Amino acid sequence: MPRTRSLLDLEHLSRDDITFILKLARTMHTRAPRPRLKGKRIALLFYEASTRTRVSFEFAAKLLGTHTSIISATASSVEKGESLVDTGKTLQALGADCIVVRHPSSGAPYVLARNLRVPIINAGDGMHEHPSQGLLDAYTILRHKKSLKGLKVTMIGDIQHSRVARSNIHLLSKFGAQVVLCGPAELLPETALTLAPGLKIVRHIEEAVRKSDVVMMLRVQKERLAGLNLDSEKYHIQYQLTLDRLKLAKSDAIVMHPGPMVRGMEIQTEVADSPQAVIEEQVHNGVYVRMAVMSVCMGVA
Amino acid sequence: MKKQSLTIRGGHVIDPAEKLDGPYDILLKDGLVAEVAARGKLRGKGDDTFDARGLIVAPGFIDIHVHLREPGQTVKETIATGTAAAAAGGFTSVCAMPNTNPVNDLPAITRWMQDPERGARVNVFPIAAATVGSMGEQLTDYTMLKRAGAVAVTDDGKPILPDKIMREALLAAARVGLPVIQHAEDTRMTKGAAMHQGPTAFRLGLRGWPAEAESSLVERDIRLAAETKGHYHVAHLSAAAALKAVRRAKREHVHVTCEVTPHHFALIDEDVGEYNTNFKMNPPLRSREDRDALLASLADGTVDCVATDHAPHPQNEKNAEFDQAPFGITGLETALGLCVSILHVQENIPMRRIIELLSTNPARVMGLAHRGTLAVGSYADVTIFDPNKKWSYRAVESFSKSKNSPFDGWKLQGEVVATVVGGHMVFHSLS
Repeated sequence: MPRTRSLLDLEHLSRDDITFILKLARTMHTRAPRPRLKGKRIALLFYEASTRTRVSFEFAAKLLGTHTSIISATASSVEKGESLVDTGKTLQALGADCIVVRHPSSGAPYVLARNLRVPIINAGDGMHEHPSQGLLDAYTILRHKKSLKGLKVTMIGDIQHSRVARSNIHLLSKFGAQVVLCGPAELLPETALTLAPGLKIVRHIEEAVRKSDVVMMLRVQKERLAGLNLDSEKYHIQYQLTLDRLKLAKSDAIVMHPGPMVRGMEIQTEVADSPQAVIEEQVHNGVYVRMAVMSVCMGVA
Repeated sequence: MKKQSLTIRGGHVIDPAEKLDGPYDILLKDGLVAEVAARGKLRGKGDDTFDARGLIVAPGFIDIHVHLREPGQTVKETIATGTAAAAAGGFTSVCAMPNTNPVNDLPAITRWMQDPERGARVNVFPIAAATVGSMGEQLTDYTMLKRAGAVAVTDDGKPILPDKIMREALLAAARVGLPVIQHAEDTRMTKGAAMHQGPTAFRLGLRGWPAEAESSLVERDIRLAAETKGHYHVAHLSAAAALKAVRRAKREHVHVTCEVTPHHFALIDEDVGEYNTNFKMNPPLRSREDRDALLASLADGTVDCVATDHAPHPQNEKNAEFDQAPFGITGLETALGLCVSILHVQENIPMRRIIELLSTNPARVMGLAHRGTLAVGSYADVTIFDPNKKWSYRAVESFSKSKNSPFDGWKLQGEVVATVVGGHMVFHSLS
């Protein structure tokens, strides 16, 4: 029997593994879907609100021929006080072959992985990582750029609270991209530089965007600010990606956003709808990347 | 019938209080130290003898910071199991924190904890709540609590935050001669924080806990202690900046003392690894720089005591999301091994100083008369250990009800051989 494995983060995923998943995603994208996981049961355990990630995993799982079940924290035993570990054990006992988990606590997928036999896929844990998003972002970049090496990728906004940022930083740094981070000190502490070698912080958005190949916008995560007061008027004046600012990037630069985006806050609506924006394409590609991730994790790749 | 007297012979006695550091024999009789004499001079005395050749004989260790969880949280620990772990760790006395359920804020609870019915293996000295229910609003009755046996007051687990209450607590405690122990955490800076603020917290996406949350409160308290002439004691000091404040205050003769836990001198924030909740405690494991400052201060005398902050939690509570899991680890059985392995072997701190940190100073800080020394007439509390013995700690074998230790599987040097309380052997490694 092929070996199954969990996908908990991109920090510890090797370049070879990442390349393998991205190649497989390409196959999924170009060929008609095959039910290569036919009959398998996938539990989608969502402790946090989600539209795109949940539906993306669900469609991906169904295209692979699996049975899926969605468990959300507000309509399950979790409400009755069942612990994460016990919920995971219950799903395993019910015959789940894989658990996809989204959780507000950083590290929650590790807790499941330590206690269960089935592979765990991290669909976003607190402020920690969102590995499938990092993979689909890399996949999307590679649809437009030849290679990640040497690309200037600028991430703007709430890095501190962003699991997407952490996953992207790990992946892009592994492949030699020049990652530039931009945001106010409250949302982008200097400590961020310790996350991966070669990172740079540029506080002024114009300077950060200049000559970028990729501009990645991040939402201010109001739900995670924990009492931090942010002047949203000042924020959008200083950090919003506008058409004028985008002109400073390379002419073939692409604009990305993991969603959900707040038009008029971090991104000018004209930018979100501009031909340089690949935001919907990211969502679309996500399905193929997650098909690849599930195949690899379930040992059928 | 238990024998009435015991001679411990052939050992290397280290008693900093009596400036003893050499080969002595000791006669324990009727619960007290009856005689200390040069090796061989007590031959034939004592109903029973203990052969301590190759071992260090020290005044009984005193852990001034333990959570025995009784009353109210006996799933985690009881006074009986917690003190059994203490005995196995070489501690002859423990000071029990008041954050039980109910909170120990009444003389009746303080007395109940000391009742022989609890089955304590070693001496238990309750520390009472500094404020009613540890709510930080109204002082408890320090006079009556002291009369009931309390040796200090604190709201440990929570800080005493308002200036006014802290000042009142220091004044009231000074009047009756009790120390005020502060859990120095400005909770306004630590909302939702699960570990030390730094690169590891950032990498793991966990909310960080700044060192200033500790040092700013210690600095405030020192000002109040200077003003009130009270005795201020900093529990589980972890940050270099707080240490600096304590050092300065001591130079200025403010009555301030402090303790450091073995885990804070043995571990750093990076050791949390991938969300290992047995490395989650309050205060959190700090940076390498903080840890190095603690080691230096353990050597130079700034730190008064090593205390474990023994905080048992059952596996099911710790086996959870990192930010949801409770703070705290067990520590009674690993304290000596960590002190010898890290402070003595690695840092070259003399054994005499280690005994000072584990016995002499804890007795002085908590005002435990006739303890922390082997002077003739003091209580016959003795810890006998092998400073060279290497051993592996296995948490599953712990005497504590809980096994939440980050040191599971660690190879340590320095093993407790026997623990004697009031002249009776309460632990022997061979039995």
